[in-house]
Amino acid sequence: MSDQTAPPVLRTVGLTKEFGGLVAVRSVDFDVPPGSITSLIGPNGAGKTTLFNVVAGLYEPTSGHVEFLGRRMIAAPERTWLEPVFWVLPALLVWALTYLAASAGVGAGTELAQVMILVGLMLLIATLITAVIRPSWYDRFLVRMGIFKCARPNDMVAAGIGRTFQNIRLFANMTAIENVLVGMHGRLKASPLDAVLRTPGQVREEAASVGEARRLLGFVGLPTREGELARNLPYGDQRRLEIARALATRPKLLLLDEPTAGMNPSETAAMMALFGRIKTELGLPILLIEHDMRVVMGVSDTITVLDHGEKIAEGTPAEVRANSRVIEAYLGKGAA
Amino acid sequence: MSPLRSLLFWRSGSPFRVAVARLRAGSQPVTTPTARFFGRHQSLSVIVGMSIVTAILPFVILLPPFTGFGTQGDFIDGYAQAGVWVLLAIGLNVVVGLAGLLDLGYAAFFAIGAYTYAYGASPFSHNHIPFWPMLLIGAAVAATFGLLLGAPTLRLRGDYLAIVTLGFGEIVPVVFNNSDQYTNGTNGITALYQPSLPIYGSFGFGNPMPYYLSVAAIIAVAMILLYRLQDSRLGRAWMAVREDELAAASMGINTVTTKLLAFAIGASTSGLAGVYLSSKLAIVSPTQFGFTVSFTVLAMVVLGGMGNIWGVAAGAFIIYEIQSQGLKQLNQFVGGLGIPPIHLGPINFDLTAINFLDYQYLLYGLALVGMMLLRPEGLFPSRRRRAELHDIEDAVDANQELVQP
Repeated sequence: MSDQTAPPVLRTVGLTKEFGGLVAVRSVDFDVPPGSITSLIGPNGAGKTTLFNVVAGLYEPTSGHVEFLGRRMIAAPERTWLEPVFWVLPALLVWALTYLAASAGVGAGTELAQVMILVGLMLLIATLITAVIRPSWYDRFLVRMGIFKCARPNDMVAAGIGRTFQNIRLFANMTAIENVLVGMHGRLKASPLDAVLRTPGQVREEAASVGEARRLLGFVGLPTREGELARNLPYGDQRRLEIARALATRPKLLLLDEPTAGMNPSETAAMMALFGRIKTELGLPILLIEHDMRVVMGVSDTITVLDHGEKIAEGTPAEVRANSRVIEAYLGKGAA
Repeated sequence: MSPLRSLLFWRSGSPFRVAVARLRAGSQPVTTPTARFFGRHQSLSVIVGMSIVTAILPFVILLPPFTGFGTQGDFIDGYAQAGVWVLLAIGLNVVVGLAGLLDLGYAAFFAIGAYTYAYGASPFSHNHIPFWPMLLIGAAVAATFGLLLGAPTLRLRGDYLAIVTLGFGEIVPVVFNNSDQYTNGTNGITALYQPSLPIYGSFGFGNPMPYYLSVAAIIAVAMILLYRLQDSRLGRAWMAVREDELAAASMGINTVTTKLLAFAIGASTSGLAGVYLSSKLAIVSPTQFGFTVSFTVLAMVVLGGMGNIWGVAAGAFIIYEIQSQGLKQLNQFVGGLGIPPIHLGPINFDLTAINFLDYQYLLYGLALVGMMLLRPEGLFPSRRRRAELHDIEDAVDANQELVQP
């Protein structure tokens, strides 16, 4: 059960996601306590992966919200109609000043006035590009102005969510170590200009990141595979590489979507050992989607059960195993 | 299978192919000390490589098959012109080869670079900014437009992106054509100032050598910068976006910034080419920057080998030389054969009357189709792309080798 004293890493509140008329996730509340493995189970089509994708920032929820480390990051957008005002405001200010000065007889018809008009245009372009790129300070500014925009996947990664995919999505034509290095992208500081100039800082950072990538490959059990293209790795190793890549983002919560799917019993056992090491050695909480009940019952501290988008049970493995609604969802009425 | 047959029918299982597959499998890691040295010092390898190429090319005319092809001056002038295409191709390689964004409007940035120079250094605009700073200004202006034109297309992928960029590529020359007051419309801006160097003085029309050397230097610098970007955090992000955009975003890459930077950096290289070309020709007009330019550059990138900077540069050079020199020589060669015209009833076939230059786009098409069938990874592919398209076949060949003792 969740630790009552420590605040949860992840908390969803009344989370609902509809696709047209289909309600994939309906008003789900659940917490991931720190330092634990929480599993999300349910029959096929129960909405587990949808919930995952909402939490990872891939989908905007229809209603409800997700708090990550106490910060509300994912919810339906609010008052975004106000946003364009801030795009044009700087340019309008410059133009208005130029106009007022000119009508007061200051600088009318001079080169300075023309330059100011151009400066206004540049400001407009700059704000528009900023709005498209959405750096974190821009989002924080919007929040202060009462505008809320749902976090994107890269924002969630920056906040500390690392994930893997149900059907492996490695960068197939990049080597194993390059895949892990991509995972570090958000943490590296070198700008393109640093790269072009090969500044000492950039060279040091690259060397350090390669070292860390090797360490991570060693941690997941792929120490000899760094130069191999991801697509040429065997299936089990691809799953491991995906976990290494997710760990490279240095997450505070790891989302694993069916990490043992398609594995034989010995591979599954090795994978379970890896989860245990992630939890104990890295102290990293895991949110796990899994169909293999031996894995779920073996590693989970808490289990949340979804069916038709609704949470039907929550508790320790033993509690969930005995829950009649869970048995009914899996085996049908009468089985309980 | 006889050796000759297996060489002719280059298919899986032929002993030659198995041998090559084994060779490739064995030579995967770079082993010779020289190769390792240049692998680690890419900038040096670009400088050495470009110096060698630049030193050798002017003397090609002295070799047997080329001796009758014109004067050395014409040849060097052709090389300088080819340099423009090399620049365009290595720039487009960033957008198409690395970031995987199909851009069919690349000529737009070429035009923007050229017009920037025309605006900065011509009697028409009453400005005279020297050539060398204009190179940087042209690149910066083109990069800005790369951002501007890239921003609206960010949500598009594949075919849709290609269509929108195609539109942009058409719009830009039309804008230059119609804003008479600023661009002198269809007539274009003429008598642009030529580049000059402190001691050397102005470059002038009669002497192509300084143009040739300066474009080689510009290409070398651009290649070094692009190699460094490709090996950096940004280069990996480009590849990740190309491989799987959603996974890239889920690994913390801001795909918007990454794609915009690809557009901007590709555009800036194109801007360099535009500034250089307009200074060399001393004229810019909207007709120079039509769709055929975008298309030709894309063909160069595909034929050269997407993703490989040297390969793309070589592809651009070869295609330009074939198109400008090869076809001209083919005309003269066929004309010199003295084949009499054939009359078959209503059909008059006179081989000597064919102007092969008119058929260059047909030849592009044939070359592209041929490449797609025989060597889809391009003439000089990057190791990565080669592996992408051939690893499985090689694996099959190697397996057969193991099975057949």
